Amino acid sequence: MSTNAKDLRNPLKRARGLGSAQSGVSHWWTQRVTAVGLVILGLWLVLLVLGLVHSDYATARAAVAKPWNAVLLVAFLITAFWHAVLGLQVVIEDYVHTRWKEIVLLVAIKFLAVLSVLAGTLAVLRIALGA
Amino acid sequence: MADTQRPVSPHLQIYKWQVQMMTSILHRATGIALAVGILMIVWGILSLAAGEDAFNQFKICMGSPLGIILLIGWSWSLFYHLCNGIRHLIQDTGAGYAIPQFVRSSWMSVIGSVVLTLLVWAYVLTAGGAA
Repeated sequence: MSTNAKDLRNPLKRARGLGSAQSGVSHWWTQRVTAVGLVILGLWLVLLVLGLVHSDYATARAAVAKPWNAVLLVAFLITAFWHAVLGLQVVIEDYVHTRWKEIVLLVAIKFLAVLSVLAGTLAVLRIALGA
Repeated sequence: MADTQRPVSPHLQIYKWQVQMMTSILHRATGIALAVGILMIVWGILSLAAGEDAFNQFKICMGSPLGIILLIGWSWSLFYHLCNGIRHLIQDTGAGYAIPQFVRSSWMSVIGSVVLTLLVWAYVLTAGGAA
């Protein structure tokens, strides 16, 4: 964009591109990047689960213990919870109009997501490392 | 509601029903459903790591009538959010905004998600027994 005489913004402000929220488009962009990741990881997980639908405990455990499956499963957990937090954040901001309830919910979903990712990752590691 | 007294915009019942309204609402609704559904996936991984008894407990819950209903709902939610998510990613490039294209891609998301859900459950049922 060339310099517009009618644009009252300081050029430095436009160069930084952070907007009035001071965080720019990072929320929007991160949601799209995690979405692309989840297209791949989601389809992979569907195929993995379908392959295990009627299998017994030992077979299911052995499948998750395979290095690639373990890595992709942890990647799925991180990406899916990250994407979920970004999405739920927008839903909460849209519909919860009492400020303290909004803040409590926004923090609660982040705590729950981080705990779930950590617990899920530890479980995958226990399976993969044979503990 | 907000504490302010400012006028608010007309709500849903004012507008003529269009498929794009449904795809937009469903995208958010299925996103919320999936945020709950992923906790079930974490539960499955944790039970797989905890041992055979815990995993059988998980399988019994998922194989119960309520479990099957939830799984059908979550599987359709996943495929809908996947199809419509890809639609949104394409639209994020600036493509597909002409009204006929927009309506057509909306229907493709809905129909595609139903077809994928039916295919998956046909596979699960023909591969023997439920869940």
